[in-house]
Amino acid sequence: MSTKPLPTAPLRRTPLYDEHIKLGGRMVPFAGWEMPVQYKGVTEEHRAVRTAAGLFDVSHMGEVILSGEHAGQVVDYLVTNDVKKLEDGQALYTCACNEVGTILDDFIVYRIDARQWLIVCNASNRDKIAAHVRSAAQGHCSFEDASDRTAMMALQGPKALDIVALAGGDGPALRELPPFHFRDATLAGVRCTVARTGYTGEDGIEIFCSPSDAQRLWRALVELGGPLGLEATGLGARDTLRLEARLSLYGNDIDETTNPIEAALGWAVKLDKGDFVGRAALQRIKEEGPARKLIGFEMVGRGIARHGYPLLDAGGAKVGVCTSGSPGPTVGKNIGLGYLPVSMAQVGTAFQVDCRGRTVEAVVVKTPFYKRA
Amino acid sequence: MASDDVRTDRRYSKDHEWTKQENDHVVVGITAFAVDQLGDITLVNLDVKPGDTITAGTAFGTIESVKTLSDLFAPVSGKVTRVNGDLESRPELVNEDCYGAAWMIEVAPSDPGELGALMDPAAYAELLKTAAH
Repeated sequence: MSTKPLPTAPLRRTPLYDEHIKLGGRMVPFAGWEMPVQYKGVTEEHRAVRTAAGLFDVSHMGEVILSGEHAGQVVDYLVTNDVKKLEDGQALYTCACNEVGTILDDFIVYRIDARQWLIVCNASNRDKIAAHVRSAAQGHCSFEDASDRTAMMALQGPKALDIVALAGGDGPALRELPPFHFRDATLAGVRCTVARTGYTGEDGIEIFCSPSDAQRLWRALVELGGPLGLEATGLGARDTLRLEARLSLYGNDIDETTNPIEAALGWAVKLDKGDFVGRAALQRIKEEGPARKLIGFEMVGRGIARHGYPLLDAGGAKVGVCTSGSPGPTVGKNIGLGYLPVSMAQVGTAFQVDCRGRTVEAVVVKTPFYKRA
Repeated sequence: MASDDVRTDRRYSKDHEWTKQENDHVVVGITAFAVDQLGDITLVNLDVKPGDTITAGTAFGTIESVKTLSDLFAPVSGKVTRVNGDLESRPELVNEDCYGAAWMIEVAPSDPGELGALMDPAAYAELLKTAAH
């Protein structure tokens, strides 16, 4: 057992910090923020989200707003997916690439209306994306980094919509909100914006509100959800939930050394939508075919693959790398994601993981590992 | 088990391992504080077998929770006399009973002075107070 030294850089706190402490959250540094990694335990929180509901503080995420007549065009030029087909109140998952076609960030774009667009990006990429978007907006539309005036929480799980229905106001009507749509709402007396989105593989919503209202809304949801099995859920469960659902984690599975085609995010790249940053490079990658692919795997032998562990072929040569790995509490297996040469990417292909010098058998499997009924 | 549970019948390392003298042997495990820090234990790998020699401060295995992996460091040097094979199939024992059923290895110490250098229960309890801010 070794304990890591405490970091010295000052960490930021979300408006819900006191709530986390009250609920016994164990705070850890994450992307410059002090965030709860767990409250009661990762496995218990994971199961709560799969069977009832979990409430996550995701206020650390970045919110960037573009407005003006040409805002939509600017957004469309910056991302790989086609936002032109969005209607008001609709959202879309996309990558943003650089000129060589590797991934700057993956995020969701929200069309508020033709003149107002919201991008919600990863906390770790907030400054980079804000600078990137700001520079693209220059002279075309106005730009605002709204992160500091936006709190965000995610209510996820099969009971999420039942719980929010108890919050009064527009709560009951949110059942009618289709996936990847959003609307303004009043919940527990708090004015907010609610999107039918998430990062867990479950049904649920993500809620944006003012930092000054965040505690009130959080407490109301915890109180209303408690009898239905809701748990406050931390970054630990967020990671195991998203991994089972095979949702990429920026900084682990994708980054500026990977492109969306090899990361199996080609469905979010629309080469025929018109010009966008990275289009030419991605066209070439698609035509030539990627050399490697991000695959899902299960451990066959006794071991847990972790980010950075080498993946080996039958002869023991390093052929790839694990990008995410952990036990999957719902699937009941040790699972992971990693890059393998295309020749080894077929489902059923056996390979090995170098778990710190211990060689453990693994096999490529179909993903997602978990899909809700 | 409370994370500040410290047993009076053993001595402790700064790496949050406990040692318990039983006749000429020393049984080694990890403390409730260590377990609490790790969370749900999912894998225990003990890389030693009876007859192996271990050196204080070097790793004799690893323990993994859902989120993290930690090395297990030998608190004393000596010859390994027993290894708890149950932990291979039942890692959850560590969460359930870290001071009992989830003992990890037993060692015949080669340098009794090393045991004396470990913390007594009061000193370890003091260390935990600091660790918990």
